[in-house]
Amino acid sequence: MKPMTAGFEALLERHHRQPDRLVQILRELQAQQHWLPRASLMAVADALRLPLAHVEGVVGFYRFLHCQPVGAYRVLFSDNITDRMQGSEALMQGLCALLRVEPKVVRADGRVSVAVTSCIGLGDQGPSALINHHRVVTRLTPGRIQQMAELIEHQVPVDAWPEEWQQVDDQIRLADVLLGPQPAPGDGIVAALARGPQAMLDELKRSKLRGRGGAGYATATKWQQCRETHAPMRYVVCNADEGEPGTFKDRVLLNRYAETVFEGMTIAALVVGAQRGLMYLRGEYRYLLDALEGVLARRRRQGWLGVAVQGHAGFDFDIDIHVGAGAYVCGEESALIESLEGKRGTPRIRPPFPVERGYLDQPTTVNNVETFCAVVQIAVHGGAWWAGIGTPQSTGTKIHSVSGDCDRPGLYEYPLGTRIGRILEDCGAHDTQAVQVGGPSGVCLSASEFGRRIGFEDVPTAGAFMVFSRARDMFDVACNFAQFFAHESCGFCTPCRVGTELVVRRLDKIKRGYGSSEDIQVLYELDKLMHGTTHCGLGAAACNPLHDTIAKFRPAYERHLQSLHFAPGFDMDAELSQARRATGRDDRGAHLETLA
Amino acid sequence: MTDPQLGVDSVDQQMFLLDGHEVAFRPGDTNLADARRGGHYIPHLSWHPDLGAHGSCRLCTVRVNGRSAAACAMQAVAGLDVQSNTEELNVQRKTLLQMLFVEGNHFCPSCEKSGNCRLQATAYDLGMLSPHFEEFYPDRPVDASHPDLLLDLNRCILCGLCVRASQLLDGKHVFAIGGHGTQSHLLVDSPSGQLKDSAVAASDHAVDSCPVGVILHKRRGFVVPIGQRRFDLKPVSQQVEEDSP
Repeated sequence: MKPMTAGFEALLERHHRQPDRLVQILRELQAQQHWLPRASLMAVADALRLPLAHVEGVVGFYRFLHCQPVGAYRVLFSDNITDRMQGSEALMQGLCALLRVEPKVVRADGRVSVAVTSCIGLGDQGPSALINHHRVVTRLTPGRIQQMAELIEHQVPVDAWPEEWQQVDDQIRLADVLLGPQPAPGDGIVAALARGPQAMLDELKRSKLRGRGGAGYATATKWQQCRETHAPMRYVVCNADEGEPGTFKDRVLLNRYAETVFEGMTIAALVVGAQRGLMYLRGEYRYLLDALEGVLARRRRQGWLGVAVQGHAGFDFDIDIHVGAGAYVCGEESALIESLEGKRGTPRIRPPFPVERGYLDQPTTVNNVETFCAVVQIAVHGGAWWAGIGTPQSTGTKIHSVSGDCDRPGLYEYPLGTRIGRILEDCGAHDTQAVQVGGPSGVCLSASEFGRRIGFEDVPTAGAFMVFSRARDMFDVACNFAQFFAHESCGFCTPCRVGTELVVRRLDKIKRGYGSSEDIQVLYELDKLMHGTTHCGLGAAACNPLHDTIAKFRPAYERHLQSLHFAPGFDMDAELSQARRATGRDDRGAHLETLA
Repeated sequence: MTDPQLGVDSVDQQMFLLDGHEVAFRPGDTNLADARRGGHYIPHLSWHPDLGAHGSCRLCTVRVNGRSAAACAMQAVAGLDVQSNTEELNVQRKTLLQMLFVEGNHFCPSCEKSGNCRLQATAYDLGMLSPHFEEFYPDRPVDASHPDLLLDLNRCILCGLCVRASQLLDGKHVFAIGGHGTQSHLLVDSPSGQLKDSAVAASDHAVDSCPVGVILHKRRGFVVPIGQRRFDLKPVSQQVEEDSP
């Protein structure tokens, strides 16, 4: 294959023709030409000396890479349950009607395609949409939809759309240490350098900080394991693939406190002895990239990044940003590393864990955005100070992304150990039926549990806090989450690939009015199977919302059941309609219900 | 495929327990490889002794000290207590098999792999009597372009054996996995995406690595009559030593 254009050559050169930059190359190439025809894949494969099928496999894995034509305008409606509660489905239908286009089908003139995507991290200002995998439109209304249709019909470039549509507010409602005034840039590094790597690690141990991404692994232990390896290179990775539906705290931290995040990564590099850092920014947050690159450039100029950080000979560290391409599973650290290496984001077999063999098989510590922010606070204020906040097992504070049925959605930061009810009171939630803490893979709490407390010893969370009032049907919530997991299953292992799809089909059967208690039994079986057999945590957690909602809100399911006994998945009487037509009969004996 | 070290006894062999039997293990080897060497059967579809750990079919899921783990992806340590042949795990395996059956288009009576198919044999062995779940009936293509080989993706279980065999044993990259979720599918590495334009040879290990009836030799489908085939003669669980496709 011949290289296509000078632009293509420049793109390849910018990425040094490295196969591990494949996802970045494909993303940027697609941004130039809307989609990736086979000729493009062949050119990329040729240039990177990769098998074509490998490139094709990578494109097919990510939801934001397309090897089939898409519209010149691609409108993706965020499809989390909170978006639906704010009317996203009707808005999308409205836009499709105005543009005369079917969802998921490119309009005949190639102008536009409209579809849904998993939560894009704007639950506090939805309904929202992602345009051309680059821009977002928040607070959609029928008026904005009407105007959007006109802009698309008149081929107005997205950059020229009303600026206020793209306004993303931080909405910090309650700040504690992480969301409050930040240390001055460099203060954390100066403190860490003054202590030295081992003493900084000891300080972290004293803080008892646990990872904020959901798994809750002790940060100091992870760093120590990474530090103790023997390897030519070590890496620090910031997991900014904030994909858990209903979570948007990292979006705010990256938008407002990027200095602190990068500073935390630099402290990690000092402690583990890493020379290179990578930030994995979810594709949905592409609009934050330019500002983040600006912060990196400033930090390089000021000597906080680069060769001999702050004049310390031997402490060389710099950070690259890798943009994801739409795959929730890449939030799992080993899948994230596969993606960083330019591959399909399939989780690896563990052990070995990334701290032993991670990015390019070198020791790698992967930490959450919020964890790095906490590290800077600990570097400046000390581990004992951090350990004095929260509870003995769950130290420090936690940021919650609050959305759903409440008066004041946005970010709330509390010491760990805070009562669920307290958060509900503060955000202005009334007549609350349930709260989904930690997103779909977290836990669904009913009103009787609002006295429980956030923390690793009671209700752990990665940060999502979705509120459902008594007006909501919890069955709809379960359906939405089930669709999410089926959509995001990587397809590697049998129980998750097939199981998540079977769950969707069963729930759909119940929703269509053909459900029976036998179906609920099957759902229980699938939940049990997937908990014990999947390759990674995505599949294991995929039935959590199902399990919780059936156990705690069973009447919501039973309301949809046709019978408490077996019911088939189709309307048997309707199936006989052809026979009735053929025989010209429509008497009582030709209908199942009235058959004597 | 022979193992040169099969049967060689070392004096201070380390042992773990598999269903109460002592099994010797080699540090660095997986539980499944150790079990096979000791003559013990653990059901599996996406594992092959020459192709390393993968862990996609999950049939070899066992209980280890109260936790679940895939035997093909886990290494033994001395004294480990592994349960595999239990009622609970076999029921679980049957469900996984049913998932694989409904996901693809598997019509055993008309499949020329019948009797040599590991999916079919494992289902017989575990007493699977029905698909239990609703069939997906996916629309999957057949590639008959190659003069000597047929590729019928209707039966693909995404075990990845051909992908790895082509890379590791044949030194090629004929196959890859594409898509995601239930849309995952096997890809052929060629400009047209067809087998005839790929680097595959009928003698490739990748061809014979297929545990089901996806990659087939043309004109040889019924050289061995049904009823006299490998798994017609003995159940899969009693063919541990011959464990290679």
